[in-house]
Amino acid sequence: MAAPKKGRNASAQSRPGRSLALILIAIAALTGGMFASGQTTPRLGIDLAGGTSITLTAQNEPGQPNAINKTNMDTAVDIMNRRVNGLGVSEAEVQTQGADNIIVNIPRGTNSKQAREQVGTTAKLYFRPVLATDVSGGKASATPSPSASSSSSAKAGDKASPSSSPSAKPSASATTQGRAVTDALKAGSSPSASASSTPSASASSSASPSASASVDPATAKLQAEYAAIDCTDKAVRAKAGTGTKPTEPTVACGQDKNSSGQWQKYILGPAEVAGTDIKKAGAVFDTQSAAGWKVTMDFTSGGSKKFAAITGKLAQNQPPQNQFAIVLDGQVVSDPSVAQSLSGSAEISGSFTQTEAQDLANMLKYGALPLTFHESSVTTVTAALGGEQLHAGLIAGAIGLALVVLYLVIYYRGLSVIAIASLGVSAILTYVLMSLLGPAIGFALNLPAVCGAIVAIGITADSFIVFFERIRDEIREGRSLRPAVERAWPRARRTILVSDFVSFLAAAVLFIVTVGKVQGFAFTLGLTTVLDVVVVFFFTKPLMTIMARRKFFAEGHRWSGLDPKRLGAKPPLRRTRRASAPVDTKEA
Amino acid sequence: MSKLGTLGARLHRGEIGYDFVGKRKIWYGISILITITAILGLTVRGLNMGIEFQGGAVFTTGKSPVSVSQAETYAEEASGHDAVVQKLGNGGLRIQIAGIDTDKSDTIKEKLATDLKVDSEKINADLVGPSWGDQIANKAWEGLAIFMVLVVIYLAIAFEWRMAIAALVALIHDITITVGIYALVGFEVTPGTVIGLLTILGYSLYDTVVVFDSLKEQTKGITKQTRWTYSDVADRSINSTLVRSINTTVVALLPVAGLLFIGGGVLGAGMLNDISLSLFVGLAAGAYSSIFIATPLVADLKEREPEMKALRKRVLAKRAQAAATGESLEPGATGSSYEDDDLEDAAPAVVGPRHQPASRARGRGRPSGKRR
Repeated sequence: MAAPKKGRNASAQSRPGRSLALILIAIAALTGGMFASGQTTPRLGIDLAGGTSITLTAQNEPGQPNAINKTNMDTAVDIMNRRVNGLGVSEAEVQTQGADNIIVNIPRGTNSKQAREQVGTTAKLYFRPVLATDVSGGKASATPSPSASSSSSAKAGDKASPSSSPSAKPSASATTQGRAVTDALKAGSSPSASASSTPSASASSSASPSASASVDPATAKLQAEYAAIDCTDKAVRAKAGTGTKPTEPTVACGQDKNSSGQWQKYILGPAEVAGTDIKKAGAVFDTQSAAGWKVTMDFTSGGSKKFAAITGKLAQNQPPQNQFAIVLDGQVVSDPSVAQSLSGSAEISGSFTQTEAQDLANMLKYGALPLTFHESSVTTVTAALGGEQLHAGLIAGAIGLALVVLYLVIYYRGLSVIAIASLGVSAILTYVLMSLLGPAIGFALNLPAVCGAIVAIGITADSFIVFFERIRDEIREGRSLRPAVERAWPRARRTILVSDFVSFLAAAVLFIVTVGKVQGFAFTLGLTTVLDVVVVFFFTKPLMTIMARRKFFAEGHRWSGLDPKRLGAKPPLRRTRRASAPVDTKEA
Repeated sequence: MSKLGTLGARLHRGEIGYDFVGKRKIWYGISILITITAILGLTVRGLNMGIEFQGGAVFTTGKSPVSVSQAETYAEEASGHDAVVQKLGNGGLRIQIAGIDTDKSDTIKEKLATDLKVDSEKINADLVGPSWGDQIANKAWEGLAIFMVLVVIYLAIAFEWRMAIAALVALIHDITITVGIYALVGFEVTPGTVIGLLTILGYSLYDTVVVFDSLKEQTKGITKQTRWTYSDVADRSINSTLVRSINTTVVALLPVAGLLFIGGGVLGAGMLNDISLSLFVGLAAGAYSSIFIATPLVADLKEREPEMKALRKRVLAKRAQAAATGESLEPGATGSSYEDDDLEDAAPAVVGPRHQPASRARGRGRPSGKRR
């Protein structure tokens, strides 16, 4: 387009062509990205596109026969709602049905498998001290695997005495073990502990003889369970430790995330810190150690104290009892060792993918379901709004838009080209961004959002109207077009910024504070407001500056919409047409 | 259409102008009347909350030959409430109806069975909870409250506290009217309605701020002159943004009107009606209140300031003096409203020559009296 010619009055924006090129490149890039990603339409909400409906039936937890009640069900709905709708833009719906069912509706195009995992997983998270650990399943594993199995350790989680038998990790060297034994002896643990710590090739069998000395039945049972468990078996894994209360020691399985992916088995002490002590959780990418995605947690003040206490105790212990296990739904997801007393926050690392880390963070953030659920049915549902309604709405919207264009053309004439082009640019940007945000953050467009976008036409058009009216005012003052544009812009700009800021404030506050559909709305509002500013600054204004150089506009052609005579300017020259005007209507 | 352009020119030069502030009592009165009606409607009839808020009954049927939209009609006939109908993967239907208790659900079940040509044994009736839980509603209220506090602070800093209060009053005015009309019409309140209301909230403030911005600009240095009182300037600032307000309102309302009258009215779309009605009423109220309520209110508040009182005194004194010397400086040309202008449009080029003291007329476009 027109390269800047001389730019005499162009003070604020000397290179209109440049910002025009910039925004056109941005549009081209975004559109290209949209086609490259294959997501060429915005994801539609369940009211427009239908989706999957999952019915979950609540089950009582062992030992809690009356857990299914309205309060718990409502809590569960609330938690599920937040889990599937963490950002508030996915338009999923969660509601109770009958006494013990929860329906989760997920819009088409969502990863329904992932969503099912999100709503179905209970996310009971505990931090438990590790009492013993061992490689599991590999029957003839060559690594010396001293089985931990001490009796004293399993007792009511009294970790003050670092007494339990040190069970070295497979890699443990002889010296460590030796010292561990000494420590254990010093601490006055039961003799059996030292016995059991002898490295023995037959991992599982060694437990029983040593533990026999001073064992109460519960501990013995635990020992037996520990000995018998085969963590490589998925069914066994899932069942491990089920039914135990958080206050009891338990056995659990976990995968060694660091190297071989071997399954470990654990005896774990009673839970010291629970998932409910977590204030917030987030998924972050570890850039420093290149360990990939991890989940960070901040504790509440109570949780922080508990966490400091347990880590302080654990830090004095020998491996593996300086480890604590992060147990999620009965499975050890991480077993970091502790070097010093920690407080405030913790992190779970492991070979998470981004999605896994985010899912886990979401579950931790939004808490544990008070009940366990199983899927009783999964079915597809059609749009809650009939296709006819959407169709009618689209036709109506199109007619409305045509009327807007017609109005702009009649009123602004030549200027309407700029207005319509700006509206077009803003429409394209909105559409492309919404399409791209579908896969990126699960954004789904529902009917209210469509209506919101239609109202946004008004707000976007208002920016041009403010600008155009300012220009016309300047022309009425007798200025020629180019100075008029440059003078009008700073004043129009301020108005646009001030008023858009209010809209954006509304969007930001609502997005941060609220949940669910309101959040989705706030997102749309914020997006369109930002786009409005972007379009006016980088498209409308530069285009206006360039157009002002064209003869058609600069000379105020009668179809340009900037005809000084039509605007009733006070021209520096006497007007000639005046004589022809009949002067008959008079009032006040 | 050059009508508006001409109007713009004449407004710009102050040849015509509607005395918004002077006649504020009328508009206050009208608004109070509408608001009272709205509140009455709200208290007497109450809001008809949709299934998303209060839960209701859900009927799950076996395979049915009836289409979704037909089933919706049947369900609405049978129950008298809005129904949400979805087709399930197995060909059955899930019909959710708000405001149904257990006694009623049996009769509806029978009716549905005959309408949908399904064995009534195969229809499961169950109660459903709200999908828009208290949590969402409470959080939304919380967000609204925080937003209002922040926006008042922002407006108090960017403009001044009087404008912040006036904007808030205008906002509450708009929302009350919209909610009241909802209660009176008796549409069911859906999440779409709530979102429509929130859109109005944003739009109403936006519109008010645009007018206030012009007011702020025009009242800069107002105490340094003695020709105009604050109310006069406020009036002029409304008039000078009038064309903008009209254009913006038309552009914002046209698509919504399309949805409401064409989409909802002619083609008979249910939920679209709900949303576009709340939007239409709210947008119209928002445009109205920023001109007729918010700005006069600011002028009212401002005139109570001692400085402005003193200014008014000076201005009146000066006018009295001028009147004594025979020259009228009455601000205003208040008689000509927008409607009058239509008549005049028959002769489009009529603009200029009426007012001989053109210099004076032009002066009105400029508050501070400085002249280039």
